[in-house]
Amino acid sequence: MADATPKPRPKPFSIPRQPMPEQPPQVRVGNFREVPFGLTPDLAILEATRCIQCKKPQCVPGCPVSVQIPEFIDLVAKGKFVEAARKIKETNALPAVCGRVCPQEEQCEKPCVLGKKGEPVAIGRLERFVADFERVTGNVVVPGIGAPTGKRVAVVGAGPAGLTVAGDLVQIGHDVTIFEALHKPGGVLMYGIPEFRLPKEIVQAEVEYIQKLGAKLECNAVIGKSITIDELLEEEGFDAVFVGTGAGLPYFMNIPGENLIGVYSANEYLTRANLMKAYLFPQSDTPLNKATNVAVVGGGNVAMDAARTAKRMGAEHVYLVYRRSKKEMPARVEEVHHAEEEGIEFHLLTNPITYHGDDESRVISVECQKMELGEPDASGRRRPVVIKGSEFKLAVDTVIVSIGNGANPLVPSTTPGLDTNKWGNILADQETGKTSKKGVFAGGDIVIGAATVILAMGAGRKAAAAMHEYLKTGAW
Amino acid sequence: MYPILETKEIAKNVFLQKVLAPRVAKKRKAGQFLVLRRTDDGERIPLTIVSSDAGEGSVTIIFQAVGKSTTEFARMKPGDSYLDVVGPLGLATHIEKFGTVVGIGGGIGTAPLLPIATAIKGAGNRLLSVVGARTKDLLILEDEMRAVSDEIVVTTDDGSYAKKGFVTTALQEFIDRGEKIGLCIAIGPVPMMRAVAEVTRPHGIKTMVSLNPIMVDATGMCGACRVTVGGTTKFVCVDGPEFDGHQVDFKELVMRNRAYLREEKTAMDRIEHKDGKCMDGAAVPAGGGN
Ligand SMILES: Cc1cc2nc3c(=O)[nH]c(=O)nc-3n(C[C@H](O)[C@H](O)[C@H](O)COP(=O)(O)OP(=O)(O)OC[C@H]3O[C@@H](n4cnc5c(N)ncnc54)[C@H](O)[C@@H]3O)c2cc1C
Ligand code: SF4
Ligand code: FES
Repeated sequence: MADATPKPRPKPFSIPRQPMPEQPPQVRVGNFREVPFGLTPDLAILEATRCIQCKKPQCVPGCPVSVQIPEFIDLVAKGKFVEAARKIKETNALPAVCGRVCPQEEQCEKPCVLGKKGEPVAIGRLERFVADFERVTGNVVVPGIGAPTGKRVAVVGAGPAGLTVAGDLVQIGHDVTIFEALHKPGGVLMYGIPEFRLPKEIVQAEVEYIQKLGAKLECNAVIGKSITIDELLEEEGFDAVFVGTGAGLPYFMNIPGENLIGVYSANEYLTRANLMKAYLFPQSDTPLNKATNVAVVGGGNVAMDAARTAKRMGAEHVYLVYRRSKKEMPARVEEVHHAEEEGIEFHLLTNPITYHGDDESRVISVECQKMELGEPDASGRRRPVVIKGSEFKLAVDTVIVSIGNGANPLVPSTTPGLDTNKWGNILADQETGKTSKKGVFAGGDIVIGAATVILAMGAGRKAAAAMHEYLKTGAW
Repeated sequence: MYPILETKEIAKNVFLQKVLAPRVAKKRKAGQFLVLRRTDDGERIPLTIVSSDAGEGSVTIIFQAVGKSTTEFARMKPGDSYLDVVGPLGLATHIEKFGTVVGIGGGIGTAPLLPIATAIKGAGNRLLSVVGARTKDLLILEDEMRAVSDEIVVTTDDGSYAKKGFVTTALQEFIDRGEKIGLCIAIGPVPMMRAVAEVTRPHGIKTMVSLNPIMVDATGMCGACRVTVGGTTKFVCVDGPEFDGHQVDFKELVMRNRAYLREEKTAMDRIEHKDGKCMDGAAVPAGGGN
């Protein structure tokens, strides 16, 4: 593929936002392939020419890692796609991932001036396009690496936070080893977010890139069990440690019947489907129960992913049970839209109270209550209140509980001197990632709770800078 | 890759393997388990670590070939490798001076019992052991258990070897003759552990059991392994595998372990395993194929 020819810049506001071609809903519910096909070079250039190249761009402050948005878009408009990708990579190591999963409508695209009168520039789609272009055309180059510093860094967890730290520090010349508990790196990008939204090939390509830079990767290493943080520092000769272990502790509601067969946490359901490839069973060994009617409890991205996965696993009806209204759903608008298109049936203002099972303890129904919105609560969203006498049952054979994740205690509980808050999140300085323990930094979901890929990467970037400083000076 | 150093069929369809996994070997303590995967399409199978040799970097596992994955494991030879070995996982057994301890192993459950029994004995306790199996062919580790026990009773359900009867009969006899039992540890099929807990309950004898639910990640991330203990939900892979037998909801555990029987059969049919009988055999320690 050659770079397409640039077009003369049109009059501002004259071109509509370019849609991204995608698989039609009826087709895509029958496969696990990625939903959007991405922009074509021509569409990308057309979209890029919509950007009016603001002198004081509003989009950049909206980006948690301050990608130089007008600059990269200008390169796209000129047909310089590879250069555009490299421009993004100056501040964001994983553009192919972020272009797909970042909530741009809440970040860079929200303040875009074009959005005031019409629709904002499709910054995310352009990011995705140039990153894919660079990868597919074999233009990814390994940059020069700094001279070896002789310092060794251990990164715990190969999610976006850990991968960012590893990438940054290895480029400076530090000797980096990533320890990952699971058999594959990538964190939630690998086990949680489904193939149809983020192809695993892309995640693995990003990880391989960081390995090409020189970072070592040791999978099957559960820090706190296989090796402790203290052992890394004292016995294995690491000078600093970054903890990016994520928010891997699924919450349940503690309602009757939650341990019936067929009631899954979203983590379990998605891990079986994604990481363990249950959709290929019996060619792969890990199964999922065959389900006809599925209830997914929750309203976030995780719930949307679970619902859409269940549909692809062959369920006839997938109900999304959420206790507030659509407006309060934390999921990305685009994902809610995709779910609706795929026939997910929304039961809003509805809350499960009991699961019922058959005599083999398999779930057969979920009893729900209808809710109405009352006064705003601490989160500013209106609090759902039970409507008395509104109980009803939905017949289901699988339930996926997607109400959030807490902090996995494995590392804090085995690391003396590493302080956590009352929810078990590691306490770390926002700007540096420094924890209460000398030489130990932390960032991502393990610090701020389940959040986003880009925030995890942003935290990783800041921590890497602070770690470099610490490795140079030894000052804590 | 984690190469197999040694493999042996120690009873009918029960296999012992020594696997090179230096990190696991260095850290493991009695009561902990590991997770194995053979191929990239393979499932994550938890198995108890029976012993380890930190010098050699090896761990020893014992398993019964009950499902597709364990049947494939059983066919592996020295020189073959596991793709993934993770561990040690779970909490180590709490070892202290209890006085007299009764250790009960049923079927394949004797494999996870052995390292615990060894540690219990090593801490200066008096160890009375009961090792049982349905039938003589399925009895394992009798000599090894004898070597660490002050007294041992061997039982077979069908009387094909040693004392005829259930492990609970032998336990009842210890109680009846007035033994002051500080702790009872029972590991084996769920019905056996439940029966043991019912025998000790009226006597107020503290009873620990080691549970074997279906697991996926085995690091506390998914909740596949949840069981109800004393009315609250626990994740066996991180909160266990050992729990107070008087508090465990065994009925729920039995049910949950049947979640994928249909799928397991589909998988077994694919590898043309005709010996379906083993399905009702003793449980696989810490995990059973999922
Ligand atoms: C289903 C789902 C969908 C999501 N969708 C979106 C989305 O569309 N957009 C978005 O921005 N965000 C999304 N998120 C959130 C986003 O994925 C996370 O915020 C982000 O991945 C956090 O990155 P992290 O590096 O902190 O942790 P993680 O990605 O959780 O990675 C942590 C890694 O550490 C490993 N680990 C844990 N404990 C140990 C240990 N003791 N030793 C060694 N390794 C360990 C884990 O196995 C894991 O690989 C989604 C999350 C889920 C679950
Ligand atoms: S705010 Fe919108 S129009 Fe302005 S530079 Fe950013 S993307 Fe371009
Ligand atoms: S096996 Fe996943 S939490 Fe225990």
